[in-house]
Amino acid sequence: MMDAALKDFKRFTPKTLPKMEAIAQGHRACQGCGEVLALRMALKAIGKNMIVASATGCMEIITSPYPQTAWQVPWIHVAFENAAAVASGIEAARKVLMRKRRIPRQRTTIVAMAGDGGTADIGLQALSGALERGHDFVYICLDNEAYMNTGIQRSSCTPYGAMTTTSPPGKMSIGQHTWKKNVPAIAAAHGIPYVATASPAYYTDLMNKAKKAAMIKGPAYLHLYSPCPTGWRHAGDLAIEISRLAVKTKVFPLYEVVDGRYILTRKIKKPKPVKEYLKLQGRFRHLDEETIEEIQQRVDREYEALVRKAALAEAE
Amino acid sequence: MPKRVGMEVSLAASEAACAADADLIAAYPITPQTHIVEHLSELVADGKLDAEFVPVESEHSAISVCVGSSAAGARTFTATSSQGLALMHEILFIAPALRTPIVMVVANRALSGPISIWNDHSDIMAERDVGWIQTFAENGQEVFDLVIHAFKVAEDPEVLLPIMVNLDGFTLSHVVEPIEILSASEVSQYLKPYKPQMVLDPKKPVTMGPVGMPEVYTEARWQIESLLRGSKKVVVRAWKEFSKHYGRTYKPIETYRTRGADVILITMGSVTETAMTAVDGMREKGIKVGLVRFRLWRPFPIEELKRAVTGVKVLAVMDRAISYGGQGGPVFTEVRSALYGQSGQLQVFGFVAGLGGRDITAAMFEQMVKKAIRYAKKGKGPLYELMGVRER
Repeated sequence: MMDAALKDFKRFTPKTLPKMEAIAQGHRACQGCGEVLALRMALKAIGKNMIVASATGCMEIITSPYPQTAWQVPWIHVAFENAAAVASGIEAARKVLMRKRRIPRQRTTIVAMAGDGGTADIGLQALSGALERGHDFVYICLDNEAYMNTGIQRSSCTPYGAMTTTSPPGKMSIGQHTWKKNVPAIAAAHGIPYVATASPAYYTDLMNKAKKAAMIKGPAYLHLYSPCPTGWRHAGDLAIEISRLAVKTKVFPLYEVVDGRYILTRKIKKPKPVKEYLKLQGRFRHLDEETIEEIQQRVDREYEALVRKAALAEAE
Repeated sequence: MPKRVGMEVSLAASEAACAADADLIAAYPITPQTHIVEHLSELVADGKLDAEFVPVESEHSAISVCVGSSAAGARTFTATSSQGLALMHEILFIAPALRTPIVMVVANRALSGPISIWNDHSDIMAERDVGWIQTFAENGQEVFDLVIHAFKVAEDPEVLLPIMVNLDGFTLSHVVEPIEILSASEVSQYLKPYKPQMVLDPKKPVTMGPVGMPEVYTEARWQIESLLRGSKKVVVRAWKEFSKHYGRTYKPIETYRTRGADVILITMGSVTETAMTAVDGMREKGIKVGLVRFRLWRPFPIEELKRAVTGVKVLAVMDRAISYGGQGGPVFTEVRSALYGQSGQLQVFGFVAGLGGRDITAAMFEQMVKKAIRYAKKGKGPLYELMGVRER
């Protein structure tokens, strides 16, 4: 199934990056925003022939304060938790309108986009429904690991130990005391043809994955690492550096799940200590050595589990 | 000539969406709406209706799929009830703002708790102010006709607002009635294919649903209010046109034996037929009573109401929902407010009846009328009265 859909797939290289932009410059993102960067790359890869359904969140408010809009492709925002449902409606409507010859027959990529809150928390049900129904669309989760738009509140994607305004460290708390929800695994559990994680530090990898997600038929899920200088308390020029460290420390592994088979797209042979990643961010500043060690062990364990899944797929 | 067939009213609602050639139906099952969407999925499965049936995982997604579909230019239909309508609440406000002419049938049912699957109007009355056109059917034929009419009005370029067609759960939705079912080709003479004014199309990119700063939010909401108010003339025009094609005439407000009436009973929905029986009985006894029924609830037909009750001294208004801690049922308070300051000695009294499937009998209507007459003589009555409630 994948092979046929990707017959004409050509990898992006730094020399073949498309000039097309879906979001015009002049939007209102914070300085050094990693999220809008990740989104920009993904949409560049998908190309002009798309329709975007956006959840409420940072990307929605920074691009659409009426009467201005940064969107150069058709875009709709309805509410917080329903981007996947709105995208389902657009996809199904176009399908029937093409069948009834009321619009020209042409494959258009339907993109649903939301933050980690809009995906892992309030929007999880709508996402699950849309994946299960098998709509031909690409879901992009822009994971900045908290509700940044409302002022840095914890989500189920906030990492263990992180400080947010609703997971503050204190005498009785280390900060966030739950481990990050594994949304790509939840997406993969729906048996959809394509799931991938990607990081703006590895931009050709991110763009290739976005292009594949658009080319394959059926639901595709992209989980994009999206550094937030404002919420993570790091310098505005560090988004890419931190993105790279997240991969090199195995905190945010890059992989694909193609028809259920895990493929590590970047194997980390000589990992850096997690501490190097944590220390650049104010949200982890309060952590003691013991907690950092606890995080290190968990990261190692999860990475090992991923390696085993990939090895299993390779052996098949 | 279309044939009259005996048909369950729910199925007639589906047949109407089918005759209107709906492109997309998104729905989640809830009693008593289920037969409507079951039949629609059958019509799609049998190839009798070329549409996408999107079996969503919740009503919140049902209405969200509908908004996406309508924004993409498809004729879009859904149906729900009670808790399902309540779950849609958030998106109900957004659909008119995005000018998505969705048609939704609401099989009216009580809201929890305690959980009740039976009929009253508490579900729809909680959604009075969402910016949708709202009509209420009295019988099966009207359900069919109002659904066809709904598409005509919603998709009118002067309107482009969503519409809810209300029918009473079970007491109307599950009864078999003789209904004239128009075919798709008969309907196509009245209802032209949907020509959306603005769609999500990569060739002509538009931004839908932007952020409304304080400088524009007021104007954006005023636009919806103006459109909704302005839609009344389109609603009426579409009914007139409907009458020309199919011979059945509809108006925002229906009157029955109001000529020479001193007292008027005001109702909504299918219970009106019981009220008519009650009026006939009372007239025989010499009580000068008439009946007024709202078919159009939003936009509220103020002028038509005023005309209908001209010269009347007493109104007995029946509600099928409580406005908790308020000043009486929603229909009662709105009627009284609409008629405030009218010349003459008009007195308006409110009655709530038939909650959660409790039967409303002709005798109960007679009680309401007699009580209203008594209160009027005294010059005052209770805030409102909950008919037949057991205090212990």
